[in-house]
Amino acid sequence: MLTLQCPYCGVMAEETELSAGGEAHLKRFGPGSTDADFETYMFMRENPKGVHFERWRHANGCGKWFHAARCTVTLEVFGTYTAQTSVPPADLLDKIRAARPGFKWREFE
Amino acid sequence: MSTRLSKAGRLVDTSKSVAFTFNGKKMQGHAGDTLASALLANDQMMVGRSFKYHRPRGIVASGAEEPNALVNLGSGNTFEPNQRTTTTELFDGLSATSQNHWPSLDFDIGAVNGLFANYLTAGFYYKMFIHPRPLWKYVYEPFIRQSAGLGKAPKDTDGDRYEHFYAYVDVAVIGGGVAGLQAALAAGEAGAKVLLMEQTAHFGGRAPVDGGTIDGIEAETWIAGALARLDEMPNVTVRRRMMGAGVYDHGYLLGYERVKDHAPELDAPRHRLWRIRAKQIVTATGAIERPISFAGNDIPGVMLASAVRDYAVNYGVAVGQKTVVVTNNDDGYRTALKLKELGVEVPVIIDAREEGAGALADVARKAGIRVEPGKAIAKVKGGKRVEGVELCRMQGNGGAVIETIKCDAVAMSGGWSPVVHLWSHCGGKLIWDEVESHFKPDADRAPTNQDGKPFVITAGSASGPLGLGEVLADADAAGKKAAEAAGFTAASTPAPSGDARDETPMQPVWMMPSDAVYNLRMKMWLDYQNDVKVSDVQLAAREGYESVEHTKRYTTLGMATDQGKLSNINGLAILADTLGAEIPQVGTTTFRPPYTPISMGSIGGAARDEIFQPIRQTPIQQWHIDNGAYMEPVGHWRRPYTFPRGSETHEQAVNREITNTRTNVGLLDASTLGKIIVKGPDAAKFLDLMYTNMMSTLKPGKCRYGLMCNENGFLMDDGVVARLDEETFLVHTTSGGAAHTHAHMEEWLQTEWWDMKVYTADVTEQYAQIAVVGPKARKVLEKLGGMDVSKDALKFMEWTQGKLGGFDARIFRISFSGELSYEIAVPASQGRAFWDALLAAGEEHGIMPYGTECLHVMRAEKGFIMIGDETDGTVIPQDLGLNWAISKKKEDFIGKRGQQRTFLAGEDRWRLVGLETVDGSVLPDGAYAVVHGHNENGQRTMIGRVTSTYYSPTLGRGIAMGLVKHGPERMGELVEFAKTDGSTVMAKIVDPVWYDKEGEKQDV
Repeated sequence: MLTLQCPYCGVMAEETELSAGGEAHLKRFGPGSTDADFETYMFMRENPKGVHFERWRHANGCGKWFHAARCTVTLEVFGTYTAQTSVPPADLLDKIRAARPGFKWREFE
Repeated sequence: MSTRLSKAGRLVDTSKSVAFTFNGKKMQGHAGDTLASALLANDQMMVGRSFKYHRPRGIVASGAEEPNALVNLGSGNTFEPNQRTTTTELFDGLSATSQNHWPSLDFDIGAVNGLFANYLTAGFYYKMFIHPRPLWKYVYEPFIRQSAGLGKAPKDTDGDRYEHFYAYVDVAVIGGGVAGLQAALAAGEAGAKVLLMEQTAHFGGRAPVDGGTIDGIEAETWIAGALARLDEMPNVTVRRRMMGAGVYDHGYLLGYERVKDHAPELDAPRHRLWRIRAKQIVTATGAIERPISFAGNDIPGVMLASAVRDYAVNYGVAVGQKTVVVTNNDDGYRTALKLKELGVEVPVIIDAREEGAGALADVARKAGIRVEPGKAIAKVKGGKRVEGVELCRMQGNGGAVIETIKCDAVAMSGGWSPVVHLWSHCGGKLIWDEVESHFKPDADRAPTNQDGKPFVITAGSASGPLGLGEVLADADAAGKKAAEAAGFTAASTPAPSGDARDETPMQPVWMMPSDAVYNLRMKMWLDYQNDVKVSDVQLAAREGYESVEHTKRYTTLGMATDQGKLSNINGLAILADTLGAEIPQVGTTTFRPPYTPISMGSIGGAARDEIFQPIRQTPIQQWHIDNGAYMEPVGHWRRPYTFPRGSETHEQAVNREITNTRTNVGLLDASTLGKIIVKGPDAAKFLDLMYTNMMSTLKPGKCRYGLMCNENGFLMDDGVVARLDEETFLVHTTSGGAAHTHAHMEEWLQTEWWDMKVYTADVTEQYAQIAVVGPKARKVLEKLGGMDVSKDALKFMEWTQGKLGGFDARIFRISFSGELSYEIAVPASQGRAFWDALLAAGEEHGIMPYGTECLHVMRAEKGFIMIGDETDGTVIPQDLGLNWAISKKKEDFIGKRGQQRTFLAGEDRWRLVGLETVDGSVLPDGAYAVVHGHNENGQRTMIGRVTSTYYSPTLGRGIAMGLVKHGPERMGELVEFAKTDGSTVMAKIVDPVWYDKEGEKQDV
């Protein structure tokens, strides 16, 4: 039963208010893309033992999607941020790098 | 025999007698008794039979850790099995029955299993019952199910009610012993909002029984003072009979409050599940004494030494008249001394340690108790109760019995283990304490919160220390630390002082005597509830089950309802010893919530019967109910399936509704249809991406049927889209699909195309929507008047709005039946009145309401697909012959790329066709088309399946839709379908549009 702060309405939301949306920052590959790109987009997912970037929706709340950086081992939440971005905010990445030396997630280190 | 002592117990009121029954026998106890203490006071030593060997079993413990004394409580709608007598408070009229025996507790046929114990070793079922296969189903399994198992499942609906509470606190303290009280005081004084919970009815834990002084006063007096101080703090809530059941992520904690188990006459919920969010959790859960593994340690009358002491001090019950104490630590001596003080004979203290105890041994000897250091129990004598013990040397194999000592009870103490369950639930780690031979919390590796910092702190003996002074100091520090971590400033007051522990170190004894022979080992019980013995764990280790988790599953050690509270440490010590490994290397199994079983009722709370889940109702629902509609669930809606009249069967009613709608006019409550407004400068562009077909070319005033796919290309929803104006669309979804479709749109708008200027709103419940369907539909609307609904004024697939018979109406000329059809939306508040007005206006034309089944049959007669029938999440529109609704002009839409994948684009897909049985019968729903040959699973090779099947009164025969490999290319061919009775039926592949192929009737 996680709690995550919704960056839109500011509520510290219980997990029952939220719905999980899987991995964040996927790049969509539509018509014209190669089979490999489409496969990556649809099916290939990170499975980190450590910090993960996830999509959540404040479904039983303000209804907004947002992103969260969360450690899958300790459940530490490094931050939540807007869904209208294709990369994690720089200050959040700095915070994670400081707390977790050697951190790596997809192209982010 | 076990009896009441002359000195009353501290928790019972001997002036109040309480009547109860056990296996129908009338017994008397006192107010304040537990069922266990009352049974013992009535000399009921044997209270049940064991799980596997049906051995006689008695009460072992005095608290939540009890493995044996489980009973059925109550009867009828308050019946509940597997209730621990030790945590059941006695009340007048309580009725308990013992479990797991036949025909009676005293004489149990199943005990014959004990004679075959040599063969019923660990893994017996796995090894024995594999072959021959058929015997498993008809012989082995029924036999095992009959003979194994604990209580019986209740048959009646639970007659009690339950509820959930929500609480948000700074510090939750679990456990109301002296440690919990002190931790709550320390946190409360710092100003934190504190919730203190104690699982029993009494505060103070073991301290009042064990004795000692706190701040120079008797423990009991200090406890009363602490409670009074907590009571004065407005920021502290204190609950008794409430267990901390589980610790979960981010400070989530479940509290299980047994509100009226002790007093069924109360007008209250039986249990209350507290869903608590705490900034910090202090677990002051105490410690549990361990049994010792000696032969016959499960015979009724063998009990934990601390429990013997509890029954004597708390309830004034002597478990035996002659109680032998066997121990590996000093604490066992306290039981002996307490018994002696109360006038109970203690023939001997058997101390496994060569050196024996220090100061306490001298006290015992002075009190006249014989002390035998370096000795062991070779075997307990007796069957249904203890008759004596055989004394032998601790070092040895138990063969040389020194002496047989007569006794009727054995009090055993194998040392103490902290209750680490709640600490461990959410990831707290443990370390092995060599001195006390137990696992204790590793404070450096606590469960962490969302900020990465610890949120669980142990207090008192739950941390490891066992002396009163250390316990109080630890608890005080824990309470202060928790308050500080929750943002408060703790006072610098000193911790209360308590007696220091001055004892000779314990000596681990995992088996008694040290090198016991096999015959003794196979009578040494580790897990009483699941009948696991020392020999079973040793066998598992020999057979290669080296991991503690594997051994657990192979032997079932610790898998019973008590989750191995008594057995785990002893079991893994035996495993470690057999493997020649150190105990910390073997490790523990995982501790999982709940701490002790909690009722299913409490988990459900109030969510049962009509409020189990929300039921959505249309504005016309009451009319349906009043007019005898047979309802069916559609998502959270309840929709009329049909409206039977008089003695009609549902089938007759459906056929009547179809015929009437096709010849006269029918009325359908379509309010459940999803309605979503999509509005904004980019609405048209957005819908082009959402739907497979082109929506941007739709003109205001027009309607278009659209298909919605997911990114994989699979069809997920369909419906009619109406363009209200240049920037506004009204999207219809399937009934029950609105929330999902709306969420789907929002997801793409918010997370992929967030630059688009589009708003969406789910307005499903804002409108009542009624379909007026049939050749005479126009006449009904004309009777109401106010709007021109003629063929030319409102063409097929157009919409208009205005005042229809005085109602604010938006009329869509769309058809899901193939008939002339108007779907009319009015504000929800006008829905019922509009329905009534339509019924009145249509009376002269024979208007009748129809239900969902009629709707289904009519759409099938027209070959229209239904989401959820023709689709199941693996079907693409092309499978359904809907290529016409897939735009080839659009560069992109959701699902387009997915549908281009080779396995979806191929010709071998199962595709939609109509099916007609050659004999006119109705195909079974879901039937598979089979051909010669078998697949890799030994099933007939399948080439298709039925997706919708009905009797069509219009055609007078069964019709079906189905997906068949190469189906559309095989028109007219016969296919064989398997029926549920094993026979098959031949069906012809036909065009799925049976009724009005040209679509003339809907366009008149």
